[in-house]
Amino acid sequence: MKNVILKVENISKQYRLGTVGTGSLSHDFNRFWHRIRGKEDPYLKIGAVNDRSKAATGAYAWALKDINFEVAKGEVLGIIGKNGAGKSTLLKILSRVTSPTTGEIKTKGRIASLLEVGTGFHPELTGRENIYLNGAILGMTKSEIASKIDEIIEFSGCQMYIDTPTKRYSSGMTVRLAFAVAAHLEPDILIVDEVLAVGDAEFQKKAIGKMQDISSGEGRTVIFVSHNMASVKSLCTRGIVLENGYVKYIGTQNDAVEYYLSQQNTLNKINVSERTDRVGNQKLTVNKVLFFNSNEVEISDVISGEFLKIRVYIKKNLDVDFAKLFVAINFVDNEANFGLSYINDEMGYTFENLENKDFFELIIPNIYLRSAVYGIRILISEKDTREENFIDVIDNAALINILEGDIWNTGKLNRPGNSAILPGKFL
Amino acid sequence: MKEEQWLYTISAKRSLINLNFKEIWRYRDLLFLFVKRDIVTVYKQTILGPLWYLIQPLFTSVVFTLVFNNMGNISTGATPPFLFNLAGITAWNYFTACLSGTSNTFRQNAGIFGKVYFPRVIMPLSVTISNLLKFGIQLFIFIVFVFYYSFFKGFNFSLNAYTLLFPVYIIVMALMGLGLGMIISSATTKYRDLKVLVGFATSLLMYVSAVPYPVSEARKKFPSWVADLVELNPMTQIIEGFRFMLLDTGTFTWFGFGYTVVLSVILFLLGLIVFNRTEKNFIDTV
Repeated sequence: MKNVILKVENISKQYRLGTVGTGSLSHDFNRFWHRIRGKEDPYLKIGAVNDRSKAATGAYAWALKDINFEVAKGEVLGIIGKNGAGKSTLLKILSRVTSPTTGEIKTKGRIASLLEVGTGFHPELTGRENIYLNGAILGMTKSEIASKIDEIIEFSGCQMYIDTPTKRYSSGMTVRLAFAVAAHLEPDILIVDEVLAVGDAEFQKKAIGKMQDISSGEGRTVIFVSHNMASVKSLCTRGIVLENGYVKYIGTQNDAVEYYLSQQNTLNKINVSERTDRVGNQKLTVNKVLFFNSNEVEISDVISGEFLKIRVYIKKNLDVDFAKLFVAINFVDNEANFGLSYINDEMGYTFENLENKDFFELIIPNIYLRSAVYGIRILISEKDTREENFIDVIDNAALINILEGDIWNTGKLNRPGNSAILPGKFL
Repeated sequence: MKEEQWLYTISAKRSLINLNFKEIWRYRDLLFLFVKRDIVTVYKQTILGPLWYLIQPLFTSVVFTLVFNNMGNISTGATPPFLFNLAGITAWNYFTACLSGTSNTFRQNAGIFGKVYFPRVIMPLSVTISNLLKFGIQLFIFIVFVFYYSFFKGFNFSLNAYTLLFPVYIIVMALMGLGLGMIISSATTKYRDLKVLVGFATSLLMYVSAVPYPVSEARKKFPSWVADLVELNPMTQIIEGFRFMLLDTGTFTWFGFGYTVVLSVILFLLGLIVFNRTEKNFIDTV
C-alpha cells in the first residue's frame, strides 16, 4: 500500500494582470461587497488560461488550475514544464509562501523549501553566524545546527574564512556556504527549485552527489523542479508535466520527460517540401524530416547520449536506381561545421527497398553530441559526391535540439558546445 | 475507512485568528537569531558602537529644554527640565522604534518572505525585542543623569510604589507599537498610500502625546478640546505615567492606566488578526 505523505487537491491560483491601482481597488470593493453578503467571489469565475504568448483578454489569469496529485513517502517527484507553466507558483504554494485561491494541500510531514540558496544571508555577519541564521530561517533549531556545524563548514570548503563577514566572500564562496547549509536540512519533505547549477565544477559534482544521497540513500521525499531533463531523469522517480497551469501528464520520470519533449515540437515548423534552396536534379526530393525517440514518439529535443531516430520522407519525381543511391546525413552546427556524418556507402547500406516505400530511417542508438541546436543536412546523390550526380541536397532540412546529458555517467553534465563526444577512456 | 492524520493543511480558507503558538515556539531560535542580527549589525564598523544610542536622546533633550522650557516657558514643576525631557524621549523613542520598525515588515522582508516560510510574526516580534536593548541603554543613561542631578544639583529624587508598574508600562508600549505597526504593515502591502502618512504622523503624534510638556500645562494652555485629545491619547497616559514612576512628577489615575492597558491589548490583537490575514497572500500584491 502506498504511504501518501502529501496530497494536493484541486489547487488553483489566480493572479491579477497589470498593475495595482484604482482599477484593482474597485475590484477589491466589489469582492468585499460580495463577501459580506455571503456570495462567492465574482472574479473566480473568470480568468484566462495561463499562456504567456497570447495577448491578455481580461484582468485575471489562472497560473494554476485544478492541480491534483499525491506524493508517496520516499518518492522523488520531478516537476517539469516550460517557463511560465506554473512550476514556481506550485512550489510557492507548497512551501506556504503564498496561499492557493482554491483547493487544499494536506501533508503528513514538515516541508522545507529551497527556492533559493542563502535566503536571509546578512553581509555583515560572519560565515558561522550566517550558517546559524540561514539554518534557522530554513527551519532548523539552534541545537540541530550546532550538531552539524563542523560538517556544514567542511562541506562548504570555506574553513579559512568562516569567521570573516560574508560580504568579503567571493560570490562562489557565498553560494557554497549557502548550499552547504541547505544540504544539511533534514525535513520530511524537501522542495528544491533548480539550485543545483551553482558553483564551480568540483562543487557542482559535490552538490549533485549530495542531492542523490538525500533522495536515494536517506529515503527522503523530494519535490524537484528543473528544466534539466537529464537531472530529472537521473534524480527523480516520478514526474509531472505542467503546461499553461494544468497538469498534462503524471507518470514515471522517463515517461514524463518523454511526454514533455514530444510536446516541445516547435523547432521544425519549416516546411521542407516547399523549399527551393536546393541543389541537384530533383529526381527525388526530401519532403519531410521527423525525429523519434525509442518509443516512436515524435520529438524535437533529445538528451545527449540517448536514442534518436531520423525519418526522411522522399517524393519520387523521376525513376532512379535505388541500389546505387548515395545518402549522407550530417549534423551541422550554427557555424556550418559538421558535428556528425552518417553516410550509407561507408556503412555498407543500400537503398533497394526504397522502391516501394516513401521514407528511409537512420537509427542512432546514442546521439553523442554536445548540447546545441544542430541543423540536419541531407545529401542524396546518384552514386557519389560529385556535384553533377546530385539528386537533392538540402541544408537545415530540420533542426534538432540536443539537451545536456551525462554521457559518461559521472553524475555531472557534459559541457555544451558544438562537437561530438565519442566513447573513450583515460588510463 | 481509517481517518487519515494530516500534520497540517494549506488552503485558501482564512480563519479569523489562527495563531499557531506551537509553531512560533518551534521557531524561537530564529527569533533569537534575528534579535542578535539586528543588534550586532547596526553598529558594525563604527568606533563608538552602541554609544550612538545615547547621542540621539541626549541631544534631543538638550534641544527640547532650550526650545520648550527656556524659550517657551513650559513649567516642569520641581523636576529639572532636562530630566523631564529625557524621560519622555526615552519612552517615546521605544514606542516609535517599535512602530516604525514593524510598520514596514512586509515590504522590507518581501525578499525572504517570498522564498521561505516561517511564522511571519517572528519578524515584528524580533524588532520589538531588539529595540528593548536600545531602550535599556537609554534608560541606563537616564538613571545616570537622575543620580547626577540628585547628588550635584539638589534634585529631590524619590521613587514611589507605582514604580512597580514599570514592567507593565514597557509591555504596554511594546504592544501598542507592535499592534499599530502590524496594522500599518498589513495595510500598506497593496496600497502604499498609508506609508507616506506614517513618517510625518509619528513625529506629529509626539506633540499630542505630552512628550515635551506635562499634561497639567496642556490643560492650562491648550484649547480645552485639544487638551481632551491629549489626555485621551493612550501614549500620553504612558509617557505621563512613565515620568510619574521615575520622577514622581505629573498625575497618575488608575482609570487612565486601565484604559491604556485595555486599549493596547485590543490594538495588539487587532494587529495580529490583520497581520495573519495579510501574511498568506501579501507576496502576490506587495
